[in-house]
Amino acid sequence: MLCGAEILVKCLEQENVEVVFCYPGGANLEILDALAKSSIRLVLVRHEQGAVHEASGYARASGRVGVCLATSGPGATNMVTGIATAVMDSVPVIAITGQVATSMVGTDAFQEVDMTGITDPITKHNYLVKNVDNLARSVKEAFYIAESGRPGPVLLDIPRDVAMAFSDVTSVSKINLRGYKPNLTGHSGQIKQVAHLLSESRRPLIIAGGGILSADCWNELLQLAETQEIPVANTLMGLGSIPLDHPLALGMMGSYGLAAPNYAVQCCDLILALGTRFNERMTCNVDRFAPHAKIIHIDVDPAEIGKNVRVDIPLVGDLKIVLNQLLSKLQPRQHPEWMAEVRDLKASPLPRPKQTCMLTQIEVLEALAKILPDQAIVTTDVGQHQMWSAQRLRHRRPRGFIVSGGLGTMGYGIPAAVGAQLACPKDPVVVITGDGSFQMGMPELGTAKEQKLPLKVLLLNNSFLGMVKQLQDCYIEGRHTAVTFTDNPEFKYLAKAYDALYLKVEEAEELPAALAKFIQHPGMVILEARVAPEENVYPMVLGGRGLDQMEF
Amino acid sequence: MRHTFAVLVENNPGVLSRVAGLFSRRGFNIESLVVGETEDKTTSRMTIVVEGDERVLEQVSKQLNKQIEVIKVNDITDDESVNRQLALIRVAADQSSRQEILQITEIFRCRIVDIGRKSLIVEATGDEIKIQAIIESLKPFGIQELVRTGKVAMVRGVK
Repeated sequence: MLCGAEILVKCLEQENVEVVFCYPGGANLEILDALAKSSIRLVLVRHEQGAVHEASGYARASGRVGVCLATSGPGATNMVTGIATAVMDSVPVIAITGQVATSMVGTDAFQEVDMTGITDPITKHNYLVKNVDNLARSVKEAFYIAESGRPGPVLLDIPRDVAMAFSDVTSVSKINLRGYKPNLTGHSGQIKQVAHLLSESRRPLIIAGGGILSADCWNELLQLAETQEIPVANTLMGLGSIPLDHPLALGMMGSYGLAAPNYAVQCCDLILALGTRFNERMTCNVDRFAPHAKIIHIDVDPAEIGKNVRVDIPLVGDLKIVLNQLLSKLQPRQHPEWMAEVRDLKASPLPRPKQTCMLTQIEVLEALAKILPDQAIVTTDVGQHQMWSAQRLRHRRPRGFIVSGGLGTMGYGIPAAVGAQLACPKDPVVVITGDGSFQMGMPELGTAKEQKLPLKVLLLNNSFLGMVKQLQDCYIEGRHTAVTFTDNPEFKYLAKAYDALYLKVEEAEELPAALAKFIQHPGMVILEARVAPEENVYPMVLGGRGLDQMEF
Repeated sequence: MRHTFAVLVENNPGVLSRVAGLFSRRGFNIESLVVGETEDKTTSRMTIVVEGDERVLEQVSKQLNKQIEVIKVNDITDDESVNRQLALIRVAADQSSRQEILQITEIFRCRIVDIGRKSLIVEATGDEIKIQAIIESLKPFGIQELVRTGKVAMVRGVK
């Protein structure tokens, strides 16, 4: 007989959970008490949203499930943004929340909130565990659901009396979810059709999305691209699946994508879309998308196929399995004419900064790209710096570019880096952030300090919410409202408060030395680059335009 | 297009809210939804009538399937099936009209399930067309109250 809290912890141990990002409260006392007696590392965070982002960063860097824990009520609702961020980017996270006792559920008790109701639209699944006898099975199912098929967050809401009640059912070895059987192996007839289309295509293009990383199949992707001589465009989420300096890599496509992949999409005759959901940031005007191409869409989630674009061959399955099935059916092939065109596209220079009086984000990021170690993990926040990082870094490490893609959550970068650093303690972890996002994610620097994590925070400070400013420039005639930080805090004092080394650059000449110190410093470091506020991100596709109608 | 889905779900609390939430947040139009336990106590069967074009209907089916607690989704629109609704109709009835109402209910094979001093309750079952016809026929007498279920459906023959 164990109590619910002990059962939960035992089940977490059986799932090989190493770390739980937690925040305490009245409804999770017993769970924390049981966790304290286990070998699982407890990381006390500063805000519950940070706990979920940290679990997400941990999961994305390691490929394992990230776990976080909060109390009921406000602790739980603080997790909502983190959970929504995770579901949009298909990240396997288990969010555990304490709940008021079952007898109090539904009475508007102190710190009671209907967490399963709130998170129904933003979780892959969720559980309100009302009976301690069901706890072990629920935990087992939650982990299975979170990491199988298309990964996603699962919430376990555990009332306090359930955590305290005793049960004989302390672990479950087998589960059977009759309504959830992900289809992992590709349909052989469809595979043959894909092979056939590939053999006929003269201008094929691979679009590699985040699914390549979730399915751990970047090697298969590379093999497919190389043996078939097919160029690869990445979605934002797919960056890192092929190094950007690979001759077949075109870089990020989409509304802030590079010209080469965007043009390639518009003039190819076949798209092999792998693990992507054809989000509108990637396709832009969907009616103008890939007008000459047949589309093969391979994804583990059948609901994504045909949702946003017309598809000629749908293929459901786990990408690693399906790509191996496909590779066994293909003969090596070359497309010299198409590759000559692709090389021309790739050779066209990236847009340069418009002004030269002040240091620009582009210069900082290009200098960083030059010295960033291959094994470095980069997280970013959301905004201009994120798009420039996506465009300009080399993306040499799979699972090494961790950003909030689908939800676009500011404040993601720092906590995601905390999680990534705990997952990969030996690798350098760099946060690229802006002055707006930094101030949303800042509390988690406290967690990093306490855990002695040597995060490298590159703060690109233009005293502007640059991406929104850019949208105001484009869509409301440049009227800048609520996007200027006229009196930002002194970031050097914040660095001092968090015991971080503070570095500052204002001129391009200072970059190499400052960045070298930034990367080499053994502890936490904040490098503030004062950058020009005027610059906008190009190429850019305005709303309603097609991928080939970029502004430069 | 109007389609009928037969959806087998886990008989767990919260399933109805998950399915209803899915329809509202994805902008699918539910025309009717009926749910009840099946012969197996651990499952419930929903009959959902949805209005939408082909693409919407494909998404409805896929999104339903994606729910962990949804076991099976069948689009039975084109199958030979038995469709039934039930309606309870309180119709004004005095000495002079009562006889005529009774005749109408007989024609439609309805039943009178309650007789008040000034009204009757008619219980009608049938497909949508029949229920509509009954309502139209009773309207001239004055319908005081009307409740009806959504459609339940079952495919004919043994598959």
